Order: sequence, then C-alpha cells, then structure tokens
Amino acid sequence: MSGKLFRNFSFLSATLSFFLLVGIFAILFTYAQDAMHAFGIDFLFNETWEADEDDEGGVFGGFIPIVGTLLSTIIAMVIATPLAMGIAIFLTEIASPKISKGVSVAIELLAAIPSIIYGMWGLFYFAPIVQKTVGGDGVGLLTAGIVLAIMIIPFMASITRDSMNTTPLVLKESAYAMGATKFEVIKDVIMPYAKGGIIGSIILALGRALGETMAVAFLIGSVMSLPHRITDPTTSIPVLLANNFAEAQDLEMSAMYYLALVLFVVSFVIISAAKFYFFGKKAK
Amino acid sequence: MTMKKIITAALAASVALTAVNADELKGRGASFPGPVYKAWTSEYFAATGKKVNYTPTGSGDGIKSIKKRMVDFAGSDKPLKPKALRKAKLYMFPAVVGSIVLAYNLDGVKDGELKLSRAAIDAIFTGKAKFWDDAVIVKNNEGLKLPHEPITTCVRADKSGTTFNFTYFLNKINPEFKVSKKPTWKAGKVVAGKSNSGVSANIQQIKNSIGYIEYSYKIKLGLPAAQVENKEGKFINPTVASFQDAAKYATWTADNDFYAVIGDPAGATSYPIVAATFILLPEEKAQKNKEVTAFFDWAFKNGDKAAAELGYVPLPASTKDAIRKYWEAKGIK
Repeated sequence: MSGKLFRNFSFLSATLSFFLLVGIFAILFTYAQDAMHAFGIDFLFNETWEADEDDEGGVFGGFIPIVGTLLSTIIAMVIATPLAMGIAIFLTEIASPKISKGVSVAIELLAAIPSIIYGMWGLFYFAPIVQKTVGGDGVGLLTAGIVLAIMIIPFMASITRDSMNTTPLVLKESAYAMGATKFEVIKDVIMPYAKGGIIGSIILALGRALGETMAVAFLIGSVMSLPHRITDPTTSIPVLLANNFAEAQDLEMSAMYYLALVLFVVSFVIISAAKFYFFGKKAK
Repeated sequence: MTMKKIITAALAASVALTAVNADELKGRGASFPGPVYKAWTSEYFAATGKKVNYTPTGSGDGIKSIKKRMVDFAGSDKPLKPKALRKAKLYMFPAVVGSIVLAYNLDGVKDGELKLSRAAIDAIFTGKAKFWDDAVIVKNNEGLKLPHEPITTCVRADKSGTTFNFTYFLNKINPEFKVSKKPTWKAGKVVAGKSNSGVSANIQQIKNSIGYIEYSYKIKLGLPAAQVENKEGKFINPTVASFQDAAKYATWTADNDFYAVIGDPAGATSYPIVAATFILLPEEKAQKNKEVTAFFDWAFKNGDKAAAELGYVPLPASTKDAIRKYWEAKGIK
C-alpha cells in the first residue's frame, strides 16, 4: 500500500516538472503573440526599444539585450571555467586534507551569498577598481562578466570536486605504479573519469550566468546600446525585463514576454546542445 | 485534529485581516512624491485614525493600475491629456510640486559651484560636449578647474515620470529632444540605473559623471548639484525658495483637469526644472473618491510643513481652491 503510494507520488513529482516546463513555455508564447505579430523575426535583429508617448505602442527589438546576455555569459565562462577546474584539482589532488576541508567550506559559503550582495559589492567596491585598471565607467560588460564569473565559480568548483573525488583509488594507484606523474594522472585518469560531472557543472553554471538578474542589473550599466569596447555599458535580457516590467503596458509588455521567450529558448538550446553533444561523446 | 484547528484559526484570522484592510484607501504610482505622501498618510492616520496606503512603484504602473481599477487612486508625474482621461474615465488633479536637480561627481567642485547654461545642458545630453573642459561649459565656470575627462551621463534605466519632466525641460531648450518617459539617449557615455536611488548610486560611484535626480535624493545623500540657467538667463541654485518662486508661474485650470507641465517657468528667481505630480481617480467610484479627496483636502490644509521639510513645494492656495471646486463640480467632495 505505502509502496504504491510512494510510487505514485514520485511519479507525480517527476511529471509535474515536465508540465511546469511546458506550461511556462505556453504562457510565454501566448503573451508574446502581440509582439510576434507586430515585429516577427526582425525582433531579434532590431536595436531600438522605444515606447511611443501614450505607452500604447512603439518599436521594440531585442538585439542589444540578446547580444549583451551572450557576451557577459561568455566572459564569465571564459574566466570561471579554468579557475574552477584549478580549484577542484587543487582540492582533490594537491592540498592536504586539512587545507582542502577549510577551502571547500569557504567555497561552498561563497555559493550561498545572495546575488544582490554581489551586485552591491560589485558596484561600490569592484567597479572603481575595474575603472582604474582598464578604464571605462566602472560599470559595463567586463565588470558584469567578472562578477558573474565569481558567482558561478563555487558551483562549478564544488560539483567538479565531488565528481573528481569519485575516481576509484585503484585507478589512480595503478597509474602511479606505472610511473605516471601527478599531472599525467590528473589529465589521463581523473579528468576522463569525472568528465560527466565536470560538464554537468559547466552547464549548471552556464544556466545561472544566462539568467542572473540582480547582480548584473547593478553592474552592466543598463544602457540600450551595443558595446564597442569590452568596458562599455550595455544591457542583458533579464536586466531589461527587471527594469521595465513595472512600467510596461500593452505592446511593450508583450515584447518583454517575447524577449523572455527568447531567453528561455536560448538557455534551453544551449543546455540541451551541451548535454547531447558531450554526453553523446561520453557514451562512446 | 489540532492541525485542522490551526488552519481554521489561520483562515479566520486572514479573513478578519482582509476585512480590516478593506477600509483603508489604496493608492500606487509615481515614486517621485513617495516621501511626501508617506509623511502625509502617517500624519493623517495619527490625526483621524483613517488609513491610506500608498505604494511608490512608478507613474506608468500607477496609470496601469487605475485603468484596471486595481487601486482607489493613482499617482502620476505625467499628466494625462483630457482626451485620455475621458477615454479611461478618470478624474485628475495636482497634489504637490517637486524638482529635479543635476547632480555631479567632479573632484574639487563643490555643491552649487558648477553653473550650467542652457547651451551646456543641451551639449552634455546630446553628446556635443564630450569632455568637461568643453568651451560651452567652461564659459560660465572660469574659476573652476574642469578636467579634460569624458563626461558620463547618468540616466534612468526604467520608465520614469522624473525622466518625462526632465526631457520636457530639455525639449524647451532644444526642440530636438523627444519628451519621453524613457528616451534613447544620444550622449557619448551613458550609464543607466533603476529608480532615483540607482541613478544616485551611479553618480556617487562614477568619477566625472552628471545625472538628473529628484531633489530629496540630493539632500539625503549630500550630492553636489549644479546651478541651472533659467528662462531669463539667471543661474539659480536648487533651493526650496527657488522652487516656490517657480511654482507661482504654473497655470492650472479645472477646465482641462489641471493638465499642465510646469517645467521651465518664467520669473528671474525661478529654478527651471520643476514638476507637478498628479492624482488620478476613477469616475464611477463616488464614495471611495470622497474618502480620497477628504485625505487630500486634509493634506492641503495640514501637510504644507511636512512637504516643505522634504524638499517639495505645496500648491499655491489659489490652486488648492480651484481643486476643491473641481471636486465639488464632479460630486466627489
């Protein structure tokens, strides 16, 4: 009896997440209809976002926030991935257990910091440093990307560390017995073994970077213009949505649902592509 | 069984709470007058025991909420034209006057030292002047050491009544500026922040920046602000006295539901970037409207001191009388 109940309950939980996904997609799609009819596919390549005076219509295009989202995510991933791998390798293979434990706790605590705190710290402390060292206004693409990187490193590092820790000792010992150096063991034994976990961590971090709102809203400058240099301010999809949601009406509201749908599809495509590509490879 | 009791009790309590809440007046909208409405509502509660709850979300949100009849009244910094009011079946009247200052972050330039001519403001916000030592700015600031550094303009990231009133002023200097709650800025370096506090934070953080914020934020954060050249060519410091002088020139009349943007008024001592903020009421809810007008009537009589302390300018007595007549004519007093 209780077994059946448990089975049904877990089945319900599993299907619920699927229906939520479909449901959210359907809502975004429905609400975006007005903007889709008004702008069609050109929406993705139009650089203007301007409501007319009565707030009833206007011209809306998503090109700048889409580019801003992709660029800030790329900057974050480029910085975070090697650092997170380095941290994980250090913790599992190089550091003494005492140090490893302490650093691990610190990294996990870093992951628990709410994003608004990263945003405030970034604006009041970190942005002036960026301005001094590389120029620009302090707030902009580069600052947002670096702070995003700091935010996603803990996720990547701790998941990667956990999956590296699952490498059977026998494998490592055999490799050392064959005369392999530490670097060779890491490269040829641990990395291949932990690959699934490493890629999983990268995908999770990517998802977080794409959708991060609060910290980026503080740091990216929120300006509707394409960045010409890496320090220029621009905007991203979640930031534009957060800034304009309260005030938008009619067509602009619909355009924002359209933009949300774009973000939904972009994250979905990137994550599923990463998953199928890498896990497909692993199966061989 | 106990669980059931707890839930029942909780439900009963929430129903009771909702019943109490039904008595209070709910308003939302413009954030520009947020501080003064807050002061008025708490004083009103202390004096009469009646609750008014105002949520400063933004003018656009206020207009949206009142059109959908989600609230009892709405605040908007942007007046609606009579035609739009009739279409949405709304009444409108002004509540208080505030002002917008140009705050800056320049090493060695103190509060009120920078003088900005109309040509200089135009040049800064169109991007014609790229550096602080541009001739058009230096002309009125011979004594100041202005750096050869690029000007960063700080603007609003969200749609805003403050931006509407600021671009209204810009439009008076240079008709090329579009009056809008969220225009596309053409200045060389632009950084946007959400709400007055976001823009203020950006000005504080970014060296050699300038931005427009509501006067009370300048006072609260101690930001230096510029003297602005008014219509008659005089440089005026943003002070409550110069705002009051400006408010005298506003021409409000009940014939068009007090529709008027009061920016850039005449008068040698008027600070030019002033703005009135408005209240919107739904035509059909006579009873609730009477409660709302009772609150504003009280505020017009007793709230001037609180308004002035917060950096706002109370409406002139003649305008208040005109508003009371308007209420009577509409049967909502």
